Amino acid sequence: MSAASPTVSPASARIARFVIYGLLILLAIVYLLPFFVMLITSLKPLAEIRSGNMLALPQNPSLDAWGKAWGSACIGVTCAGIKGYFWNSIQLVVPAVTISTILGALNGYVLTKWRFPGHKLVFGLMLFACFIPFQAVLIPMARVLGMLGLSNSTAGLVLVHVVYGLGFTTLFFRNYYEAFPDELIRAAQMDGAGFFQIFWRILLPSSGPIIVVTVIYQFTNIWNDFLFGVSFASGERAPMTVALNNLVSSSTGVKEYNVDMAAAVYAALPTLFVYVVAGRYFVRGLMAGAVKG
Amino acid sequence: MAFLELRDLHKSIGGLDILKGIDITLEKGGFLVLVGPSGCGKSTLLNTVAGLTPVTSGEIVIDGEIVNDLHPSKRDIAMVFQSYALYPNMTVEGNIAFALEMRGVPRPEREAAVAKAARTLQIEHLLKRRPSQLSGGQRQRVAMGRALVRDPLVFLFDEPLSNLDAKLRVEMRAEIKRLHRDTGATIVYVTHDQIEAMTMATKIAVLKDGVLQQVGTPDEIYRVPANLFVADFMGSPAMNLLRGTVSADRSAIELDGSEPVRLALPPTVSREKLAGGQNVILGIRPEAITDESLRDPAAGVVTTLELPVDLVEPTGSDTYVVAPLAGTEITARMRAQSGVAPGRSFGFVFNLDKAVVFEPETTQRID
Amino acid sequence: MTLTVEPSTPVRRHASLADRARAFLPKIVLAPSFALILFFVYGFILWTLYLSFTNSRILPIYELVGFDSYVRLWSQPNWHMAIKNLAIFGSLYIFFCIALGLLLAILLDQRIRGEGVLRPIFLYPMALSFIVTGTAWKWFLNPGLGLERAMHQLGWTSFKFDWLISTDMAIYTVVIAGVWQASGFVMAMFLAGLRGIDGEIIKAAQIDGASTFSIYRRIIIPLLRPAFLSAVIVLSHMAIKSYDLVIALTGGGPGNATELPSTFMYSYTFTRSQMAVGSASAVMMLMGVAAIMIPYLYSELREREK
Repeated sequence: MSAASPTVSPASARIARFVIYGLLILLAIVYLLPFFVMLITSLKPLAEIRSGNMLALPQNPSLDAWGKAWGSACIGVTCAGIKGYFWNSIQLVVPAVTISTILGALNGYVLTKWRFPGHKLVFGLMLFACFIPFQAVLIPMARVLGMLGLSNSTAGLVLVHVVYGLGFTTLFFRNYYEAFPDELIRAAQMDGAGFFQIFWRILLPSSGPIIVVTVIYQFTNIWNDFLFGVSFASGERAPMTVALNNLVSSSTGVKEYNVDMAAAVYAALPTLFVYVVAGRYFVRGLMAGAVKG
Repeated sequence: MAFLELRDLHKSIGGLDILKGIDITLEKGGFLVLVGPSGCGKSTLLNTVAGLTPVTSGEIVIDGEIVNDLHPSKRDIAMVFQSYALYPNMTVEGNIAFALEMRGVPRPEREAAVAKAARTLQIEHLLKRRPSQLSGGQRQRVAMGRALVRDPLVFLFDEPLSNLDAKLRVEMRAEIKRLHRDTGATIVYVTHDQIEAMTMATKIAVLKDGVLQQVGTPDEIYRVPANLFVADFMGSPAMNLLRGTVSADRSAIELDGSEPVRLALPPTVSREKLAGGQNVILGIRPEAITDESLRDPAAGVVTTLELPVDLVEPTGSDTYVVAPLAGTEITARMRAQSGVAPGRSFGFVFNLDKAVVFEPETTQRID
Repeated sequence: MTLTVEPSTPVRRHASLADRARAFLPKIVLAPSFALILFFVYGFILWTLYLSFTNSRILPIYELVGFDSYVRLWSQPNWHMAIKNLAIFGSLYIFFCIALGLLLAILLDQRIRGEGVLRPIFLYPMALSFIVTGTAWKWFLNPGLGLERAMHQLGWTSFKFDWLISTDMAIYTVVIAGVWQASGFVMAMFLAGLRGIDGEIIKAAQIDGASTFSIYRRIIIPLLRPAFLSAVIVLSHMAIKSYDLVIALTGGGPGNATELPSTFMYSYTFTRSQMAVGSASAVMMLMGVAAIMIPYLYSELREREK
């Protein structure tokens, strides 16, 4: 739906096009600028940052800051860079995304194809759970993780992310399976397929797109999480975001902006990579999470 | 003894009665068509037989066993769905073989069974394709193949032709009928299309609002409908229904309307069951009202009325002629070249041998 | 005809034990997830609610003392600051995200060549974590080395931008970074809405002689009502939950200038050992979100039924 009115004269139409393109390009530059500045700053030596222009391209681009951020920058008292925390995040994200996606798929399957009295209430409760402010569960969670001996552990964070991601993964799969014809399930039942066979043989082979959407959504959310990380694993097992914040906000020693920026780019790379490779699915996940029910 | 028997089936969902006591029997090899307007409960009835919908009360008997408690897959029935319900991720071959695979039939046997079904339905060249690559008619055949390969006790069809265009529907109708003849299968078939019902069934059950209106052969249903609903629902154009009063001597029916018009009493009703002055509705099919040239020489009771022609509707093979009578309109079926023209009066020959009489209050036929 | 004598009464066959067990399978599969949600979400909410009626400090105390902590909460200048900041941040964040999102969507909807390149540029900040966003903007707006000096070096010597360290203005830097991050998402929502509008309606309006401007004002924007509603709901929900961005950008400062309910809750609970007050503030946040989300989710679920 594009509304280019045919009543406008060619000259003013051309001016209008010019304005539209000009505005769009200007805005695109504004949107790119912060990340661009972050990137070029990470490639400059500290002296050039102090004396030069923030917007200027690096005169002698070097990856020194990247190396330092990865391997030797000081976070707290240890000076081993962010690499350990990067792996923490990976070790956290992989099981948390996998488990929450599998459970979400099964829940969506039950809530659409094996309905029982009260299924609406169950779904409603799971749906609302997506949107609670997590501050309302922080204190009990900290206590329970402590009792389970999972404080400051990756396993504890996996549990937390699975639990609070379940609502979304269930929502995604429920809405997807809702549109899957019931007659196929009935046909498979008459053919003698059981609960898991129907899921495995009939539904799952058609679930590719929603699996991608869910995995990307969960991956982005969990990778980017800060609140749970800082609350339940702020030490050695801290995820990437927490380490980055510690690095950037530490006030001891000389402020190495280039190292900070390089660390920030490391933290941004995995999700940006996913966004570039599978942007379409990323947007679909965002929309599905926004336009609820 | 009946092969398939439904005994006093009731189904209610959330306090709403969908089926209100259905009794039907079907012999082995029979072709039962459940017909009725949408929302009459015919699909629910089929689903209860399939086991996809549990019944509230009553019994479903298949081949001497009450199967109410059995899972759909244990009832030895196969079903063809309205949307065909082909598994989108499997090939045609995979679709047809799926039920056998689930039952643990070894691969060689499975392949042989698929090949046989494919041969019967002439879809051998489609076996490697996926459902999305098939036309509507081909999908229909695959859906039937999936049912056929099971060799079940009973086949269930849920409006299987409603997604096809008119021409294909006629073809597939013949195909299903041939299949029934060749395999001797027992079939229960749901449709809202009364022509499908008439052409295929050995037995028709007409439903309305969860109540069975009439069960009978297509001929019975058409010729002697049990009530006004069946009379009106079956047949196209619909049966002419004329209000009137039984004459004092009970030899004729005096039709309502400004001018006195008398039609002789149809022989389908016995005089003893009528009282002089009783209100009745006379039902007569369009083909029983003709012009003089098409008059049935064997007809016993005939009345000819001179009526002004209102509308002429040629269909090619026949011409339907509409004329006002008894405060309503009647439709008569004439030859294509009958020379009838609107505005002129014309002699309509009523073959009352084929007319039926209904009681207006109860809507039941008087015999 | 077979000669076997058929039984006069049919035999009732019963479902096998396995079949009957199978009927419970779906519920068994759903149960663990539902139990997790019940315990970790609703159980924890009740737990937090309970704590808010105690006198818990550094550790939970389970002795009820009534509304004490709520009284204390509402007498904290910090909490008032947090509420005021949330009002400023929330309203500006929602307004500018929607304004900018709508502008971008309309611009992109003019049969733009290169839409496929431009659209991802406006949306990519959504893929970044708030910590990265905060870090980037903190550097970008650095009064000593950032934008201000860059402008000076470009010759605009009177340019001054020290909001990041200004008590009065710091909250607006949070708005800027927040809008930068989320406006592309709002754009995507509006763009989806625009693409969903029936083109024949627009053609009809053109034939009726409406100008492009009045087509947008009178027809298209009113038709985007559902997208507006979704955007407001999602953004207000995000505003209330905003935590990471403030932490990374300003750390809640200077002083308490950018305190939000979320940072308030965290610091009172975990660093100031005022767990009961922290719980009370969490309950207030939950009530705020619930007041927005419950009616919305309810109406969305209702609509689906139709």
